[in-house]
Order: sequence, then structure tokens, then C-alpha cells
Amino acid sequence: MVGLGLDLSVLENPSKSAATDAQLDGLSVGVDLGMQSFPLPQVHDLDSFEREVMEYVKPSHGTTTLGFIFQGGVIMAVDSRASMGSYISSQTVKKVIEINPFLLGTMAGGAADCQFWLRNLGTQCRLYELNTGKRITVRAASKLLANTMYSYKGMGLSMGTMVAGWDATGPGLYYVDSDGQRTKGQVFSVGSGSLYAYGVLDQGYKWDLDVETAVELGRRAIYHATFRDAVSGGTVSVYHVTEKGWTKISGTDVGELHYEYYDNPEKHPCNGTQPI
Amino acid sequence: MEYLMGMRCNDFVMLACDTTAVQQIITIKHDEDKLIPIDSHKLMGVAGEPGDRVQFSEFILANIRLYAARNNRELSTSATAHFTRGELATALRKRPYMANLLIAGFDKAGGPSLYWMDYLATMHKMNIAGTGYGSYFVLSMFDKLWRKDLNESEALDLMLKGIDEVKKRLVVAPPSYVIKIIDANGTRTIKTVTDPAVA
Repeated sequence: MVGLGLDLSVLENPSKSAATDAQLDGLSVGVDLGMQSFPLPQVHDLDSFEREVMEYVKPSHGTTTLGFIFQGGVIMAVDSRASMGSYISSQTVKKVIEINPFLLGTMAGGAADCQFWLRNLGTQCRLYELNTGKRITVRAASKLLANTMYSYKGMGLSMGTMVAGWDATGPGLYYVDSDGQRTKGQVFSVGSGSLYAYGVLDQGYKWDLDVETAVELGRRAIYHATFRDAVSGGTVSVYHVTEKGWTKISGTDVGELHYEYYDNPEKHPCNGTQPI
Repeated sequence: MEYLMGMRCNDFVMLACDTTAVQQIITIKHDEDKLIPIDSHKLMGVAGEPGDRVQFSEFILANIRLYAARNNRELSTSATAHFTRGELATALRKRPYMANLLIAGFDKAGGPSLYWMDYLATMHKMNIAGTGYGSYFVLSMFDKLWRKDLNESEALDLMLKGIDEVKKRLVVAPPSYVIKIIDANGTRTIKTVTDPAVA
């Protein structure tokens, strides 16, 4: 996940920076600087160097997100950690993307891809509303996204997203990913921590859950995923979707949750064993 | 791992398929129907990469229905299979669809038929056919036990026997399956096999 707090000064116009000119002189690159340009890295094989570097910069897949439909609507819960390899680049990423008051998308995989394409989905949904005078269904919205994903298949996009919301047919939840896969379901979890989240979610999930229990189940599943999955963490955000649209229920630091659930270390299965 | 199996007898064709949707090592769904009805007397079973599977089958489906609507006449099973093979072959040298399929149908004139196809656009007309690792166990079993004159319940027993074998021997066996039949009366689901743990 790309950190939102990155230093973006490299993107500034190089001609304004005296340091850049000095660096260029020092590198003695024989280029006419009539036009603006970046200095090239001084390496033997630029192509393979760039490929190698891309591996470091590539956003990792460290995330836990989940969504489920129950008697009282749809619950979406996510963590907020962004990492680049072993480096945690942000603890405050917004992984639920609010497409419109009735539609939510979650973000796993490449942050830039998710943010861009879910924003793009938002515009497509708005255009649909303006053209037809009707709110778009979750089914149609997820299909728009899946078609976009399929048209870029094999070109390096990386995203695993859930599109959830409420329309005339009731609550809706779809899984869409960058392979072009799109499938409807009751319970989904996506991201590197999804296996841990499923473990908690599957043992607690029932259709008849009341809203409070459902919210707590979503929160707890994400908490346990952040405990086991090193690249998930930060805060747990929980959203609830009803016929009136979505509301954000809570955002809680996983540290606080940990001490709330295990006020005494003895209670936790990972503690209290005798050292060998 | 995806399992798709078909058998043709005198009066019907029967198809079996697992009903799981998989993402990496996680089964994200247990009731994904991969036996897609083309019209009242035709089914297409598709196994392959998730995106390609749906996109390709919807494309074929739409074109075959368009043909039926334009010409006021439905394509035969053979014509459907040849059309589908042609589309796979055209795509093969552009951006191949990673999809292996079975096309089964019942024609008034020709009776039941079953076509096997892979993503390289190879096509065979078969009595028994399958795709996926599971089919290796079951093809040999069907080679031994298949007869042309099996009736519906005997064929269903054989299909179930095949699924049991997959569950017994295949490390990555899916937990849930669906079995459908096509005969003179059209297509219908005759059995779903579901593991209690995923029900």
C-alpha cells in the first residue's frame, strides 16, 4: 500500500530547484537542458535496474478487509495499515471508499489502483444516475467495475475489492478483483489477513445477528487479523449499511481493542505459558 | 481444484461440476453455478480463470441468443460447439481466454451430444469427458463403467461415484458439486452434493 505521508517533493518542477541543477552538473550527464528532465540513475543496465526498483516501491498486499450481509443490513470492517515491504508507511489509511451515500468499496492490493478505480466507479455511477434518473444497483455498479478490471487484465493492476450497498432489491455485496473475477455473496474477506478474519467471522456469523453483535463481530474479526498478520493494523473502522445508506459506526485503535479484550495478559493464549 | 465432468448416454447427457469459487488458497463461495444454461436444451460447463470464465461464457451466450432472435431458429448443439470453438481459436492468437469447457445439448433431430473443448480450441465429440485433476481419476472409472444404455438413475449413481472418488483421492478436492441432466424435456438440476461444513 502506498503511504499517504510520502515525501512528494521529487515531483516538483526541477528547474525551480537550485540543488537539482547542481546535482546535474556534478553528474556531468551530457544532456542539453533546454527542456526539463530528470537525471538518469548512474547504473550499467537501466532497464533491469528500474524493474528491480519497482519491486521495492510496489505496494504490498498487507491489508485485512471484510464485509457481510445479515438481517440488519451490511457490515463492512477494515484495518488502516499501509506497508511497503517490511516498512509500515502509514497507520491511518482510509480503506473504505465512499462511492456515494448508498455504495461503499473496500481497498486491498494497490492503494493507488483502488483509489483511482473506485473514484472512477463513482463517476460512472453518477453518470448512470444523471442519464436514467435512478440510483444504480449494487449489481450494476459491481459489473461496471468488473468490466473495467477485465479490460485491463494482465496489465499489472492489483486490487481486491468488495462493493457493498443498498438498492431497490435490498442489501448487496459483491467481490471484484483485478483478475476480472466478480461474484455475489453473503460473507467476504479480502487481503493478506483475510484468512485470520475468516476464522473469527465464520464461527460468529449467523443471519439473525442483531446490529450491535454484527458490528462487534466485524470489529473483532479485523482485530484478530491485525494480531496475527504483521502487515495489518492501525485502527479498525466499521461501517453499517441500511436502506437509509451507510453510516460509519466506529474507528478504534487496535491497541485499545487489545487491552479491552485482554485486560489481563494471562487471558491471552499467546501468554502465560512456561518458558522452556 | 476445478472439476468438470460429462457423460452422454442414449437418451440424455449428464454434467457434473464443483460449485466453489476460489481466490488463491481461499474458497470464497460454495454455490457458484458453473453449468450455464444456453437455452432450454443446452448447457455449457466452463472451468478456467475466474475473469475469463464469466466473460467468455456471457459472450458466447449473448451471441447464441442473438442468433436465435435474429433468425427465429435455435442453433443445434453441434453448431453451438463449432461456433464456440471458432471464437476460442480467434482469441488464441490475440488474448486467449483461459477456459476449458464442455458443451452438452439435446437436439430433436440428433438426440443428446457432448463436446469437450480446451483453451487451445481443441474440440472433441465425446461420450465421456472431463477437465481438471479430478477428471484423471474419474475418466478411467467411467471408461470401465460407462454404457450407452445407462438409465438416468444409473448414470446419476455413476456421477456420484465419480465425485466420491475425487473427494477420496484428490488432495485439493472441492467440497460441493452440482449435477444436471439434459434430455428431451430440457435441462434440470438433479442433485447437489454439499459438505455439511459448508452448507
